[in-house]
Amino acid sequence: MSSTVVKSVAVSEVLASVKRPPLYILVPALLVALCMLIPLVYLFLRAGQAQPDQLLELVFRPRNAQLLLNTLSLTGGVLLICTFLALPLAWLVTRTNIAAKRFLTILAVVPLAVPGYVMAYALLGVGGNMGALNQLFGIRVNNISGYWGAVWALSLYTYPYIFLNVRAALLGLDSSLEESAQSLGYSKSMVFLKIILPHLLPALLAGYMVVGLYVLGDFGAVALMRYEAFSYAIFTQYSGAFDRIYAAWLSIMLLALAVSFLVVEALILKRKRLASVGSGVTRPARMFELGKASPIAWLYILVVLGTSIGLPVAMLSYWLLIAPPDVSIFWQVPWTFLRSASAAAPAAILAAALALPVCYLSVRYPSRLTSMIERSTYIGYALPPLTLALAMVFFSLQTAYFFYQTLGLLIVTWTLATLALAMGPIRSAIMQTRANTEEAAYALGYSPAATFYHVMFPRLRRGILAALALVFLFCMKELPITFLLAPTGYSTLAVTVFSRTSEGMMAEAAPFAAAIVIFSSLSVGMVLNREKIKGSR
Amino acid sequence: MQKKLLTGIALLGSLVIAPLASAASLTVYSGRGEALVQPIIDQFEKQTGNKVNVRYGDTAQLAVLIQEEGDRSPADVYWGQDAGAMGALANAGLLATLPEDIYKDLPGVFTSKTGQWVAASGRSRVIVYSTERASADDIPASVFDLTDEKFKGRFGLAPTNGGFQSFVTAMRVKHGDEATLAWLKGMKANEPKIYRNNTTQVQAVGDGEIDFALVNNYYLPRFVAANSEYPAKQTYFAEGDIGNLMNVAGVAVLKSSKNQDAANAFVQYMLTPAAQQYFTSFVNEYPVVEGIIPNAVLGDLDEMLKLAPEIDLDQLADLEGTLKLLRDAELL
Repeated sequence: MSSTVVKSVAVSEVLASVKRPPLYILVPALLVALCMLIPLVYLFLRAGQAQPDQLLELVFRPRNAQLLLNTLSLTGGVLLICTFLALPLAWLVTRTNIAAKRFLTILAVVPLAVPGYVMAYALLGVGGNMGALNQLFGIRVNNISGYWGAVWALSLYTYPYIFLNVRAALLGLDSSLEESAQSLGYSKSMVFLKIILPHLLPALLAGYMVVGLYVLGDFGAVALMRYEAFSYAIFTQYSGAFDRIYAAWLSIMLLALAVSFLVVEALILKRKRLASVGSGVTRPARMFELGKASPIAWLYILVVLGTSIGLPVAMLSYWLLIAPPDVSIFWQVPWTFLRSASAAAPAAILAAALALPVCYLSVRYPSRLTSMIERSTYIGYALPPLTLALAMVFFSLQTAYFFYQTLGLLIVTWTLATLALAMGPIRSAIMQTRANTEEAAYALGYSPAATFYHVMFPRLRRGILAALALVFLFCMKELPITFLLAPTGYSTLAVTVFSRTSEGMMAEAAPFAAAIVIFSSLSVGMVLNREKIKGSR
Repeated sequence: MQKKLLTGIALLGSLVIAPLASAASLTVYSGRGEALVQPIIDQFEKQTGNKVNVRYGDTAQLAVLIQEEGDRSPADVYWGQDAGAMGALANAGLLATLPEDIYKDLPGVFTSKTGQWVAASGRSRVIVYSTERASADDIPASVFDLTDEKFKGRFGLAPTNGGFQSFVTAMRVKHGDEATLAWLKGMKANEPKIYRNNTTQVQAVGDGEIDFALVNNYYLPRFVAANSEYPAKQTYFAEGDIGNLMNVAGVAVLKSSKNQDAANAFVQYMLTPAAQQYFTSFVNEYPVVEGIIPNAVLGDLDEMLKLAPEIDLDQLADLEGTLKLLRDAELL
């Protein structure tokens, strides 16, 4: 295996030195990086307006250090729980003979459709005197809250990010590697540790990045669970003081933390370029026979999915049942869904389309510049959404007033916010495609467009579909950006749910929240189902 | 029942507002929820022929947004949840001065002295208590007494919540920074449970996590409406105590608005008996004008005005100072 790595590094280095990236890849990628600079410019502009003494008091106070520490331990906790939820599930649906794999895969992605505040309210609605358990069954348990409340609330709807990345990597992994390792005398557990795990590392890290950076900026679930993280400080500055200047400073601090995450990831991944260069054909891996372990596997699946899907669904039903809302509400639901989807779907397509050149550039033409471009996409994702939205308000008012509060601006901003989500699966897919595939196609006289369509696209299909699904789900439940940038009067499902739950109108919010979960899962199910039809060549 | 009352309100309103009609398209930024205010905005549209586009959002976020937009804001009217947000926009010089006849008849507690915004409805601070683990006799005369040992670990606070912050600002205005900081530190030492907002606190009282909560007056009625046996009640401190602060939801016209007349008509409509009756009966808030049939749960406006402390709402804009105290007390 080590020789494979050495060999592939050599190949890509040769490629990079011999060939410069073509313009039709470089230009869109540079454009993406340029767009990511918009929020940075805005932040530094606002930060420059600060008064030194107030800066010292607000930004560089000891309590912020405590909040940063809380944020770090929250992130660590969430990543740990997510790994335990996602890794076995991904292995079960790719490498074992468990039944209903496709269905299980789709179910494992559904929690992404649950808005964070709904998950938090669901967890909070279980215990306590007035909680569902006590009201229905007379079982009185204390509500989960604080650190573990926040860790669980976040983990239960973010673990699919890691699941999807790892699953794609497992599916794309050339099983001949494992088999040759086994024939060389490696035991099964050795194969997992020495072959599979290192090859999963990029996917796992991509998943960790996505979840970790999300946890940094999340305020909703964290605040409902009464855990004080750094986003708390930023939120207070905007919401308590109606202030943009010191909030910009705090956002820059958060961004610095995000950058340090990226540096750590880069250090781990350094010199680990994994691509199969042999001439072997990728073929389906041999499936692990679960046999007597089958009931344990199902129990595990039941617990994971039961908590992450069953719990919010049960709570939504409970709210509907204790105080059924007026029937007329249900009529609005499909229309509001269509409205949400009509912006979320274009954003998903745009994000995937932009992620392609950026990923291709960074994988095939590795250099300082291309890796900078790739990393820049995390800016949009790591920034608190409110900060990003304000930056886009500022930008469009200064340069393109006609664009302000249009659907187009909402879609572009969503794209900036979610590009990093689309990168993970697409990057893994490109990494697992042989570098000389395109070369061969060119040599056979294919044009770049034809090469992409006939040669690359079929191999990247799985990654692209996963990227579409991730971005779509994110946008369906997104709030702060929608609040500020959507056309006036344009209310999405998420906005409707939020405005009702925040008024304590759980029953009236429930049909809309259920619609997010049900319709989004159906759409994702449809997208992921296309994998089977044409994807498995 | 709701339909009938709405029709009645509509009829009543049409008599008052008819002369104002001049069709325009208005943009309103509303920090108040759609479910609460859209019905009355629909009435305004029907009766004046004006088209109203509403951007719903969070009170503070929309206030920040208007600052970011500056004189290019598409908004004509801002409708915020508390006096602090109104004051912040007024101080930033973004609000137009309203015609005096719009607000000259309102009680003093409901107007801005500078005439840049007016209260559309009032909400009072109350103390909610558990009927299982406390009784009305446990409620002290003043909110200052909550630092007493007997409340240790039994009450909830929401330091990030705008309503709570406005209340702390009012306390500073009336009793000074020193006394307020001492109170906040005393509260912190008394081990409160920290919540995000009013709803979660009222829920926590029902769930048995806490026995007392300082919230706005209209949350508990919603829980009771959903479940008549909800184990909590709400009450006031002694007459004039700062704990009974009457805060407001305010409306203002933006200086940058190109529809000043229609925007003023919108503000004026929210003060008509029709709109005021709606806020009182359906939103469980206090009216800001006389002659409205009181909400059975809330009681009479005059009585509430007697209970409420006298505060100049314009002074509630200094949130920076309040946040500093909250930070000093380590509640933020």
